[in-house]
Amino acid sequence: MTDTSHSPDGALARPFDGPATDAALRRFLDGLPGVDAVGLEQRAATIGTRSIKSSSKAAALDAVLSLIDLTTLEGADTRGRVRSLVSKAITPDPSDPSVPRVAAVCVYNDMVHHAVEALGAHHAGSGGDIAVAAVATAFPSGRASLAVKLQDTADAVAAGADEIDMVIDRGAFLSGRFGQVYDEIVAIKNACRRSDGGHAHLKVILETGELSTYDNVRKASWLAILAGGDFIKTSTGKVAPAATLPVTLLMLEVVRDWHLGTGQRIGVKPAGGIRTSKDAIKYLVAVAETAGEEWIAPTLFRFGASSLLDDVLMQKQKLTSGHYSGPDYVTVV
Amino acid sequence: MTFLDYAPAPESTAILDLKSEYGLFIDGEFVDGDGGSFATISPATEKHITTVQSASAADVDRAVAAARRAFEGPWSRLSGSDRGKYLFRIARLVQERARELAVAESLDNGKPIRESRDVDVPLVAAWFFYYAGWADKLEHAGVGSAPRPLGVAGQVIPWNFPLLMLAWKIAPALAAGNAVVLKPAETTPLTALLFAEILQQADFPPGVVNIVTGAGDTGSALVTHPGVDKVAFTGSTAVGRAIAKQVAGSSKRLTLELGGKAANIVFDDAPVDQAVEGIVNGIFFNQGHVCCAGSRLLVQESVHDEVIEKLKRRMATLRVGDPLDKNTDIGAINSAAQLERIRALSAIGEQEGAERWSPACDLPENGFWFAPTIFTGVDTSHRIARDEIFGPVLSVLTFRTPAEAISKANNTPYGLSAGIWSDKGSKILAVANELRAGVVWANTFNRFDPASPFGGYKESGYGREGGRHGLAAYLASTAGAAVVQTEQATKPKKGRTT
Amino acid sequence: MTRLAVAKTYKLFIGGAFPRSESGRTYPVASPGGDFLANAAKASRKDARDAVVAARGAVPGWSGATAYNRGQILYRVAEMLEGRRAQFVEEVRAARGVSAQQAGDTVDASIDRWVWYAGWADKYAQVVGGSNPVAGPYFNLSVPEPTGVVAIVAPQESPLLGLVNVVAPAIVSGNAVVVIASERHPLPAMSLAEVIATSDMPKGVVNVLTGSAAEIAPWLASHADVDGIDLTGAGALDWVDLEIAAVDTLTRVMRPSPLEDAVAPSLERIVSWTEVKTVWHTRSLR
Repeated sequence: MTDTSHSPDGALARPFDGPATDAALRRFLDGLPGVDAVGLEQRAATIGTRSIKSSSKAAALDAVLSLIDLTTLEGADTRGRVRSLVSKAITPDPSDPSVPRVAAVCVYNDMVHHAVEALGAHHAGSGGDIAVAAVATAFPSGRASLAVKLQDTADAVAAGADEIDMVIDRGAFLSGRFGQVYDEIVAIKNACRRSDGGHAHLKVILETGELSTYDNVRKASWLAILAGGDFIKTSTGKVAPAATLPVTLLMLEVVRDWHLGTGQRIGVKPAGGIRTSKDAIKYLVAVAETAGEEWIAPTLFRFGASSLLDDVLMQKQKLTSGHYSGPDYVTVV
Repeated sequence: MTFLDYAPAPESTAILDLKSEYGLFIDGEFVDGDGGSFATISPATEKHITTVQSASAADVDRAVAAARRAFEGPWSRLSGSDRGKYLFRIARLVQERARELAVAESLDNGKPIRESRDVDVPLVAAWFFYYAGWADKLEHAGVGSAPRPLGVAGQVIPWNFPLLMLAWKIAPALAAGNAVVLKPAETTPLTALLFAEILQQADFPPGVVNIVTGAGDTGSALVTHPGVDKVAFTGSTAVGRAIAKQVAGSSKRLTLELGGKAANIVFDDAPVDQAVEGIVNGIFFNQGHVCCAGSRLLVQESVHDEVIEKLKRRMATLRVGDPLDKNTDIGAINSAAQLERIRALSAIGEQEGAERWSPACDLPENGFWFAPTIFTGVDTSHRIARDEIFGPVLSVLTFRTPAEAISKANNTPYGLSAGIWSDKGSKILAVANELRAGVVWANTFNRFDPASPFGGYKESGYGREGGRHGLAAYLASTAGAAVVQTEQATKPKKGRTT
Repeated sequence: MTRLAVAKTYKLFIGGAFPRSESGRTYPVASPGGDFLANAAKASRKDARDAVVAARGAVPGWSGATAYNRGQILYRVAEMLEGRRAQFVEEVRAARGVSAQQAGDTVDASIDRWVWYAGWADKYAQVVGGSNPVAGPYFNLSVPEPTGVVAIVAPQESPLLGLVNVVAPAIVSGNAVVVIASERHPLPAMSLAEVIATSDMPKGVVNVLTGSAAEIAPWLASHADVDGIDLTGAGALDWVDLEIAAVDTLTRVMRPSPLEDAVAPSLERIVSWTEVKTVWHTRSLR
């Protein structure tokens, strides 16, 4: 992963400076252009009409694979389940070794060491190409003290997590305590530091389904980036609606604008509800036509998904063989 | 290959089953005319599509006579509800043959299949559905308790939305009980002829709708025909003016949908990303061949640079090319003549000192193409700020205050449409109130619906199409029996009432 | 010894003032019996031009006034007509050679007609406009708005009621008018102008010209700053040429109508001098 974190002594001016009080943040966030929901959804719908065929489709399917955070976030997760997931991450399609690997596996805090162990040399931390992402900060609700959230984060980092997917305090956000949300992200980012001086990448989950409005999504996106998030992520997957194309499009517009203003590239991760290749490719179109093609890279875009992988594999098999595949021809986790 | 070089995704033309030539559709049959024939070509390839007839004055006379017989015969004996059922049949047949119609439209007109498939043809069906329901409720149309049809409507439509403009004209005319003679544009007759087939499939009474193909002479013969009671025209202001003169002094009722030079006003508190989409949709939809296109961007000075930068980025993702490719955003210019006009006005824009910009795009070798273009630094005195270009060319002007925006927006002989982009409701409503335009889109642009009246102020024409107002344009009021008798006895009398 | 009456000088009514014609011309107005009644000003094309300028200047304020306010001002005019009832009866009687009873009926009908139109000020938009149920997430509303400056050739044979029935429906929505009064019977029109001048009607909303319609109307028909022309009383003129001249700038034209239509109360007349504007706005909770 290239470093996309903020450089405090960078030459480019930060869009927001000074003490991060509720009032100061509110003034800044209220100054952002509004979002017209109808227009945003229409643009997303038009993006959805792009027809990606033949060679473009093959390339798009490989891209989707390489951007997946293969995820299991269940109360019933076990070492066996995680090992099975990791195995699939390493070898997505046993019948076709040319199939690219996913970007990461995404698990709960206490499953991180199982994932790291199962990955072995494939683990990004050991020079491999698959990262381990851990959800933290009292995922999915985030309703815990800051101390617990910090400990949660530190535990995951210590266990070898390369990436931390934190949740923001939606209650604080919706009641206007922007300073609290900001400070918490800053604190978690600090907790992402590793003993070797590096730090785990921080994905900030906005839980857009609970923020309710696009204006809130835009504000929360800016807030998360200002506070040091490396990625902004739509959802936990535990709240409906999870990722939608309009929400993701909006977040892509934010990272595009941030890049135009600061030169820094922030990643975007839609998560939850993206189950088909066709849907995933629409997201790629949105990425390419909004932030730009350079965002179609694991450093800057991820899909948080569990069943998407199987559909992509079946689509790839169809492209290769010319006939439709079936679920028995991909491996279950 | 970059991701954005989407592989070709052409819509198949196999669904089309075209004849090598088409006659005039008169009295329910395709018949030969005596005005010769001409080819219709694809503007994207300049390839021949089919051959159509050029209706002579005598052919028009036959068509008007057929319409008159139908109007005085079977059509007027039908109940309103049965008339409505015929229109419902059309709506359903259009839906059933939607893909075929969309392909034909894109082939003949050059517009992207995405638009013909997702906008034009669905709206055609919606238009017939909407007016079908009016046919047995005319007493509620706002023109008195017993309104009556006008008689034979002569309708002349343009090439930019060939089938949609046909629907805008024919649906309300038939719902009101009129018979119709319609002339499609010379360069885009194809879907009107397919529509004639649909009329046959719907088992329409002969003569209720007649379609005469041809050029300006055919149109002139139609609008001046003494057997025509109502003239409806959509097209350029110059031709509309000529038609208005031709029908002056007659008893013909007239509605005109003419040109425009719409202001699209972006305030500093606009939802910027959606405004950029609205600007793109406003001027590049249908290659800018739209009378209500947002061809004058008025952007508040404080956000000018941001808006233009974002607009340019967005324009760089527009795909120009094969109209039948499902990923095409901007198709072919409809004709060589129109391309020449767009080029000439753009050259004038450069000569007058405006700064021209287009994204890099490869245009096909054959056919008629023009890259999406914006001119910045345009002043109100520039011709590209005043003349309707009718192509994918945007003129960008600036303003400082809402009053200045209104003043510049209204500074045109046209008055068809306008756009407003702001997050502040009170300002939107106040600006909408001040704009002299028949359609104002706030935080959106180029939306159409059969329930929504459409039409212009000033030199953009008169009368409305769509909604109850559009229906009234095809009805005569009957305030009292005495008035009717007087009207018949003392023609000519009333002028426009819509 | 009988008192010598003070004779009245009739002038034009432009921009709230009563100027003579810039041409200096007048023409004699006679009763049907041939008796001299007065000299009326014979307006020129330049007077018509000045009247259009005055009307255009009045449009923003008048169309921008609240409908309630316009209705009240129109009603105020009716009140003042009623107050001058006797004068109008005498003028109509003299002009038309009818009985005092018949003249009284005409004046009463004219006042009542003015009141009828005044009441439409804050209602016609509700009847003509409304929300449109479009298939999408939009608020969509159609409202009629005044066309702008309307030139009117008033009915020739109904110098008061006919005049009221073309002027009131045009101004009630917010248009400003330049009206050419009945050529042979112009005096009631000028008295109506006096009423308007002393009511609360803003200057320039109603401008009255007397003289030759055949001479003045072509200048108004071809004037680029005239938005509509009402040829109701132009049946005896070469009105087809007027229509042709008007459409050069797509000026809205109402063709001549027979007298019984010209004097009938009509919502359609109000609507004829309006333009329907349809406003779309996006609608979303998100």
